This record gives sequence, C-alpha cells and structure tokens, in this order.
Amino acid sequence: MRRALRWLLPLSAVPVIVLLAYGFRTNPRDVPSPLVGRPAAPFALTTFAGEPVSLESLRGKVVVLNFWASWCYPACYEEAPVLERGWQSTRDRGVVVLGVDIQDTAEKARKFMEDFRITFPNAPDTTGKVSIDYGVYGVPETFFIDRRGVIRAKHVGAVTEEVFRTNVERLLADPA
Amino acid sequence: MTPELGQGVLLVALGLALYGGAAAAAGGRLGRPALLESAQHAALGVFGLLTLAFALLVYAFLTFDFSIRYVAGNTNLGTPFYYRITGVWGALEGSIVLWGWMLALYTLILVLRQRERARELYPWALAVMLGVLAFFLFIMTLAAPPFARLTPVPADGRGLNPLLEDTGMITHPVALYLGFTGFTVPFAFAVAALVTGRLGDAWIALTRRWTIVAWYFLSLGLLIGGWWSYHVLGWGGYWAWDPVENAAFMPWLTGTAFLHSVMIQERRRMLKLWNVALVVLTFALTLFGTFLTRSGVIASVHAFSQGTVGMFFLAFLALVLLVSLGLLAWRWDALRSQGQLDSVVSRESAFLLNNVLLVAAAFTVFFGTVFPLLSEALRGVKVSVGAPFFNQVNVPLFLGLIFLMGVGPLIAWRRASPDNLRRNFLAPVAVGVVAAALFFALGVRSALAALSLALTLFVAATIALDVVRATRARRRNGEGVLRALGTLVTRHNRRYGGFVVHLGILVIALGVTGSQAWSVQTETTLRVGEAAELAGYRIRFDGLAAREESNHFKVVGRFTVSNGTSRPGIMQPSKKFYPQEQTPIAGVDYWIGLKEDVYLVLGDFARDGSQATIKVQVNRLVTWIWIGGAVLTLGALLAVMPERRRAA
Repeated sequence: MRRALRWLLPLSAVPVIVLLAYGFRTNPRDVPSPLVGRPAAPFALTTFAGEPVSLESLRGKVVVLNFWASWCYPACYEEAPVLERGWQSTRDRGVVVLGVDIQDTAEKARKFMEDFRITFPNAPDTTGKVSIDYGVYGVPETFFIDRRGVIRAKHVGAVTEEVFRTNVERLLADPA
Repeated sequence: MTPELGQGVLLVALGLALYGGAAAAAGGRLGRPALLESAQHAALGVFGLLTLAFALLVYAFLTFDFSIRYVAGNTNLGTPFYYRITGVWGALEGSIVLWGWMLALYTLILVLRQRERARELYPWALAVMLGVLAFFLFIMTLAAPPFARLTPVPADGRGLNPLLEDTGMITHPVALYLGFTGFTVPFAFAVAALVTGRLGDAWIALTRRWTIVAWYFLSLGLLIGGWWSYHVLGWGGYWAWDPVENAAFMPWLTGTAFLHSVMIQERRRMLKLWNVALVVLTFALTLFGTFLTRSGVIASVHAFSQGTVGMFFLAFLALVLLVSLGLLAWRWDALRSQGQLDSVVSRESAFLLNNVLLVAAAFTVFFGTVFPLLSEALRGVKVSVGAPFFNQVNVPLFLGLIFLMGVGPLIAWRRASPDNLRRNFLAPVAVGVVAAALFFALGVRSALAALSLALTLFVAATIALDVVRATRARRRNGEGVLRALGTLVTRHNRRYGGFVVHLGILVIALGVTGSQAWSVQTETTLRVGEAAELAGYRIRFDGLAAREESNHFKVVGRFTVSNGTSRPGIMQPSKKFYPQEQTPIAGVDYWIGLKEDVYLVLGDFARDGSQATIKVQVNRLVTWIWIGGAVLTLGALLAVMPERRRAA
C-alpha cells in the first residue's frame, strides 16, 4: 500500500501543470453569465459626491455598470481611462457610466478617481448588497444594461475600447 | 553577417550541451573517466560559445545593427551608450542569453572546483547542469532567437522600454538571474544524489556554499527590484505583490527554508526527503517564475510577450517536476529519517516550524498568484487577487518567522531544559516586552507595528546575548574584546554570518514596518508661488521648465522644500515623454534620510507652466530596507568564507 502511495508525489504535480497549461487555452473574457437577458437588480446608492443614484432613475438610458476597487491592479487601472473616455464620448447620446466601488476604503477610492480624473458618477457599495445582487466574483466586472433595464452583456476583466464601443453601440441601436 | 554567426554559435552550443550532458551521464553510469573528461570539454566549449554569443549581441547593440529584430526592438539611435549594453537583457531574448551564460558560468565553476571531489555525484550533477543548459539553448535557437533577422532593415529602432533606463534595472536582472540560475547547482546535486542513491550529507555539504550564494543573489535581486520600483515607478512603494514579484519571492522562501532545514540533516540525520523536495521545489519555482513572466498567462505589469516560450517553459517545468519527484518516490525508502524528534521544545522543532511557516508563506503566495487562473478554470471567472489578501495571510507568518529567528539559534538541540530556556531567553523576552510597553507609551498606536518592533528587538537581544557571552568566554583566555570578537566571527563564520544575515533581515523588517505604519502622502494642484504642506514640510511650486534629452522630452517642475529647521532645498521631479510610449514616465525626485524620505512625483501640469499637480510623500524608515540589504550582504559574505575552525 505504502509503495503505491509514494507515486502520488510525482502525480501531484500533474494538476498544477494542467492548470498552467489551461492558461494558454482560454479567453476568459467570453464567459456567459446567467444574468444576461434578465432584468437588472434594482439598487439605490449614494455617490462619492453625495448624490443619490438608483437604477430606477436611469431608466431610458444605456447604463454601463462597472464594479471596481482601488486595489485591483492592473485590470482596473487599465480600464479606468477607457471608461472615462467612453463616457465622455457617448454621454450626450444617453449613455451613463456608473462605477460601483467594492471592498475598498473611501480614501483610496477617491485617490484612484483623482488619479484617473474620473468624472462619471461613482458610488461605494458600503453594504456589499449590490455586488452580491449582481453576482460579482472579482473586480473588475462590467454590466451593460439597456434602456429597459435588462442586462444585455457582462464583461469580466478590463474593459477595452472595443468592448465598450461594440456593446454600447449595440444597445444604443436598439429602439427604446 | 552577425545574425547568421550568432545563430550558428548558439546551434553549435546546443549540440555541445546535449552531447556533454549525455556523455557525463554515461560516464557516471559506466564509470568511464574518458567520457567524463569529454563532457567537461563540452562544458568549457558551451561556456566559450555562449560568451561569444553574448559578446556578439552586445556588439550588435553598440553598433546599432538594426538588421537584428531584437536590437531594433530594444534600442534606437538616441539610446545612451551604457543603456545599449544593458538593453541586451532588456527583454525576453537577451534575458535568456544572459541566463544561459550565467548557467554556463556556474557549470564552468562546478567543473573547475568540484571535479576532484565528489566523484560519484559530480558526473550526474554535470549532466543535469548541461541538460538544463541545453534547454535554454534550445529556447535561444528555436523559440526566442535573439539573432532573428528583421527585413527590411529599419533606419532607426524602437528603443528600450524607458522604465528600464535606470541603474536599478541594469543590476536587478543580473542579481536575480544569478540567484535563479544558482539554485540549479543544488538541484543538480540533489538529482545526482537521487540517481546514485548517495543520499547522505555529501550533496548537502557540497552545495552549502552554492546555496548561500544563490540565496544571496536572489535576496539582492529582490531588494534591487524594490529599490527600482521605489525610485522609478513613482508610486512610492517597493513591493506590490505583483505576480512576477511573487514569482521571484517564492523560490526565495523555499530556498530560505532549505538553508535552515539542511542544518537539521547535518546534525540529526533527519529530513532527508524534505531537503531533496525543497531543492526540487525551489528550482521548479525559478522556472515557474520565468514561465509566469513570459507566458502572459497571468496578468502582471512585468508580463510582456505572449509567445510560444511560455509553452516550452511549461513543458520543461513538467519534465523537471515529474522526473525529480519520480526519482524521489523511487528512493523513498532510502530517504526515511534515521533521527527522531525528541522534544517539541528543541532547536529541531524551531527549525521545523520555521520551515512550515516559510513553505506556508510560499504556498499562500503561490495560491494567490495562480488563483485568478484557478477561478477561471473552475468557475470561468477572471478575478484579481490584490495586496490585501497577501498582506493578511503573510504578515502573521512573517511575524512568526521573526520570532523563530530569535528562538532557533539559541535553543538547545534535542530537548531544551527549563534552565536553557531561562538562560537564553529571559533577558531577550524582557527586552521585547519592555520595548512594546515603551513604544506604546511613546504613542505607537498600531498594535501590529508595536508587535513587529518588539519582536525585532527581542531577536536583536538574543543575538547580542549570544555574541556577548561567546566573546566573554574568549576573553577569559586573555584575548582583548576586538580580537575575541574577530576570532569568534571568523572561526565560526557560518554561525555568525547567519547572525549578521538575521540582523540584516531585522533591519529590513524595521524599514518595512516603519514605512507601512507611518508614511503619509498628499496630492494637490499648486499655482506658481503656492505651497503644499505635509508632515512639517512646506513644498512651494516655483515653476516649470522643459528640455530635449537625447531620446526623450522632459518637463521639469521646480519646488522649494523646507521643513523650518534646515536650509530650504530645491527638488525637481519631472515627466519624461518618450516618442515610443503613449504615456509619459515619471521622474521621481526624492531626499533620502534615515528617519524619512521626501518623495515628489510630478503629475499633470498646465501647458503655460502656471500650475502643476504634485504628489508628496513622506515615507518613514524606508532607507533601513536598503541598509538591511547591505548588512545582509556582509553576513552572506561571512557565511561563504571558508571555515577556518580546523586550521586554527
């Protein structure tokens, strides 16, 4: 028995190798979420600027709901300028980018927003309820919500220019 | 011409390494000295050819030979002379050449120093070294050829990554690779011991000094990396738990564990299996580190390219793990301990606990690093594991390690008597407790900082106690204090070298504690003439200047900094704009002090120079981290000196 067991030692390396090999094969950014196609969970938060914001109040607009944290490096750092530019270029056409800061301190979050000169509304999820409702597993995650309040796409990882543009344009093209 | 020559040289070297490895193994197996002799010549040849290849690459960089893709990608006509040399290892292809050259150098030293000793182990160790070399040469000839041609030949190159234009970046990879490659030697001897079945202390005794050298360079590499990050990246920190930093830190943790656990095997014939496993793990982790950096599997600031190199590294990693762990399983019975743990309160168990904590730390770092991959594989979700996780799990482990650093060297082997404990630890514990109380009275309100400082002082007290006692014992023979101390340190250089290294670690711990607990920062926008204030410093913005440098455009902010006591000084943080980069690079300006550093980073500014955003940090005790590195260097030097005990 013991003689056989010892061979578990070299075998124990196999799962690790398989896991690392798996890393080459995936594009984790195409993950289907069960929430896509469902109505987005309602929420009401207070932004860092002190303004109340709720999903209800954004009905009729295309909403880009972005979950982030100041410690999420590098993905959140990569996407912050992309989101800001995206919001600047589409806000006149009825698009709202809304950041939800999770598991963070207000001080560090504010610094992050200052560093990247973020001007779109951002709110801390102080109770963690919103991130639970949206099934946020890690940051960053971004939900694209259409004018009727239905989640139409979910993106895991840093949002790129292309991801932002294709999703937002698709939802803008939808009749309200 | 150079590209073909370089490629050819590398191909011949690959052939030689393969032949030499096979010849050494055959020589070891058949006991034929002629084969071994031939393998040694092959090893010399590989070293010569790799030196030539390296020289050719340096030459190509110096002469701007843009017909070579790698040269064109990492230099341009504006790159200053010394950065053209260091640009050689600025990216993947050249790093592998440097890595291979160092490995060949270690192999050469092995041939020169060890061929007369360890007749049974040596051929197999040489075979393993040449085998690993062959792998790196294979990468150089196939997966990441440094001499690949670029057609048409461009008029100018792209230029070096500007972040790498820094002395820290010249030395950091060199030290790190010397550390990484250095661990190949103990690994090679461990495999040799497994193959030959000579699992006694011979391989450990032979590799002791190699291990210390590799460990030291790895430590140095980590420290220089921290220094580079601190004064170049402009975020005011020296460690961010980035996957690639972790990749270098993991073999350091397991290597440190190995350095300690071998002492138990030497003393008590225990932990044979464990020691072999630790060396295999350490070597595998150095490969894993390179895999991480070069595969793009895990997102990191350091992960640049997503070539095929990652797959080759993974395949090699798999081969190394399966073969060496397979050998381990095969020799299982011979590796069983002869000694036994007599008591929980003993030096063995202190060392054992030290190993458990170090390996636990390595495991948590590994887990945190691959967790994004794991969650992706199992849950289909990519996540980011941040500094909070690593700090939360590792801080208690490191505090435990510091405590053991005080206990281990002084507690008795086998079974510590209450008397031994009282004699060695009563005073140091008292020092620690009094220190904690004192810190509290002085207003240190961070429990973690107070605990860390108290532990540090406790360990320092144990070292002081030991040195004082041993010196006093020598003085009874009529030696003067200094002489007694001198002979003590040189005769027992291994023990006292270890103590000095411990002191270095304590000093580093002081710096880390101080900077984490008491650093402050602010960020503000100032008009010309306005001033910001932080921690007693007044920083006045005097204006902006711009100038053209050889390969970039530089905007310099001028600030007058005063703290009320000394004469005000000028600080000039800058922003550098490189044509090949989309974002500007910060040029940090800092004043370094024992108590605190003043650290200025220039942010955005108005084009007319009327206002600028400035980040000011006052970082406490950071300098002690670098001082600790110097102390550590001293200790490592002392520890690798030849033992002079017998001669005296």
